[in-house]
Amino acid sequence: MIRSGLRASPGEFVLKVINVLVMCFVMVVTLYPFWYIFVASFSDPYEVVRTSGLMIWFKGFDLYAYKEVLRHRLFWISYRNTMVYLVMGLIVNMTMTTLAAYAMSRRNIKGKGVVMKIIVFTMFFSGGLIPTYIVVDNLQMTDTMWSQFVPFAINTFNMIILRTAFQAIPDSIEEAAIIDGASAAQVMIRVVLPLALPSIMVIGLYYTEEIWNSFFRGLIYIRTDTKYPLQLILRQVLLSNVMGQSDQSFVDTNIGQTVKYATIVVSTLPVLMVYPFIQKYFVKGVMIGSIKG
Amino acid sequence: MALSRKPAGALPAKLARKTDWKNYFAQYWFIYVILAVVLAYYVIFKYIPMYGVLIAFKRYTPSAGIWGSDWVGLRNFERFFSSAYFMRTFRNTVLLNVMNLAFGFPAPIIFALFLNELRNQVFKRTIQTISYLPHFISLVVVAGMLHDFLNNTGTITTVLNLLFGTEKKVWLNDKNAYRTIYIVSDIWKSLGWSAIIYLAALSNIDTQLYDSAEIDGCGSLRKMRHVTLPGIAPTIIILFILRIGAMLSLGVEKTLLLYNPNTYEVSDVISSFVYRRGFGIDGRADYSFSTAVDLFNAIINLTLLTVANFTARRFSETSLW
Repeated sequence: MIRSGLRASPGEFVLKVINVLVMCFVMVVTLYPFWYIFVASFSDPYEVVRTSGLMIWFKGFDLYAYKEVLRHRLFWISYRNTMVYLVMGLIVNMTMTTLAAYAMSRRNIKGKGVVMKIIVFTMFFSGGLIPTYIVVDNLQMTDTMWSQFVPFAINTFNMIILRTAFQAIPDSIEEAAIIDGASAAQVMIRVVLPLALPSIMVIGLYYTEEIWNSFFRGLIYIRTDTKYPLQLILRQVLLSNVMGQSDQSFVDTNIGQTVKYATIVVSTLPVLMVYPFIQKYFVKGVMIGSIKG
Repeated sequence: MALSRKPAGALPAKLARKTDWKNYFAQYWFIYVILAVVLAYYVIFKYIPMYGVLIAFKRYTPSAGIWGSDWVGLRNFERFFSSAYFMRTFRNTVLLNVMNLAFGFPAPIIFALFLNELRNQVFKRTIQTISYLPHFISLVVVAGMLHDFLNNTGTITTVLNLLFGTEKKVWLNDKNAYRTIYIVSDIWKSLGWSAIIYLAALSNIDTQLYDSAEIDGCGSLRKMRHVTLPGIAPTIIILFILRIGAMLSLGVEKTLLLYNPNTYEVSDVISSFVYRRGFGIDGRADYSFSTAVDLFNAIINLTLLTVANFTARRFSETSLW
């Protein structure tokens, strides 16, 4: 191989060093905030205030912050709410999106082109915030859990990604199933869906991420605090002394800092634990999406 | 593909067509049931709201309903355009987006190019996996971290003070710093994730091109300019178009989490203004006015996307449609 750089000039070497340094910088800037929050959340609250944001290792050991988080009833209620919204939402999202993608991937369907145009148009123009709110309100969904996933049942972009995956399955496999006497529903459930399972899982992960991270839909549609999703309570806790939402700031600001950190740790840990294992599926999703973007 | 298994010639033409349809539906009724459900969803949650846009031209009152409310013509638009909010939110939206395009868009491309030059695969993969991490953190948590790190005793404030001797203050209350914070934190969150697509494009470049460039005496930088960049240009163009299309809708959640009345002057964007007016966060809720502003936003978006796509098609072979 010529590329292995046997005849690397001094200039090339400098470039390589700069490259590695830049990468190390990116690594530190990405990781330090998380490490700091983790370390500080277990440290003595007063020490944390004194160090003004620079900590490499635990300063003292104090579980005070975590005890406060444990005591925070609304936080746990919202945690449970998000889990409920997640499960219900995934059922609705996946059913609707898979069905839509399946129907749109079939050939020889009369009228399919029109339906596709109707669907794609919504990607370019939407009624906007208030008109959508009026519809959801008229359906009596506001302040119920249904508002958190039914209006978002199909993400058109995800649907198109799935459709592409279904289309990639060779016709001959389905034809063989039909000759063996399978009905349309059986072809879908027994043949097409299992073959496209990896793509379906990727879309499932996308929806999981979407619901887990959503706070705007909670902000708009949910009024009762016991129905808030996790992110909305997080906003109250983390931004409490900023936005003047005094009602939920449950500790004095001096030691409140570590409580915020502990809240971040408790609410983000599940994500951090699973992300190294699932990130490759997300990456795969980006690839599928890019083919037909 | 023959839909009918019966020999059509044996029947009168009209009847045969009927049988064709019957067979067609026998085979595909299932698909049509699905299509009906899917269409119902789109009609209810996407098209009825489009009809609801009419309230932008009315004085909407819930009791009268969308159709029953009084027409006011373009009054809501006039109110918006003649208010100070128009210039402020429009300028902020455009500026934040242009800055995002200028800095946020190239950042992952540069990062991908740097990553691509790394020869140690383990190091490369480690950096890559780490760089995805912020993508998985919710926006609320990122905003919470920013509020904390940028307050007068926060991490970033301290580091800036040590390095550049800047004042220790609450940076998010500083009008001059807001845009930088917005853009830099955006880059921080999306750098690694947005680079994925470019890395994929990079790995598709034929290595023979590099070899022949090297034989022709090209160093790293010239290879990057003459082989790598042309190789990923189509990807860059497509993503650029998509980015422009989403321009004015970008960032309502982030703005709601980062701004405060101290910085409205530079932080308030059209979508956050729509939200505040629509739900009466500061003052009375005004559905019609909010919808008029929103519609203005949507029309600009559509125009931008069309123009971007047209331009791309004109100057290269890559376009969205």
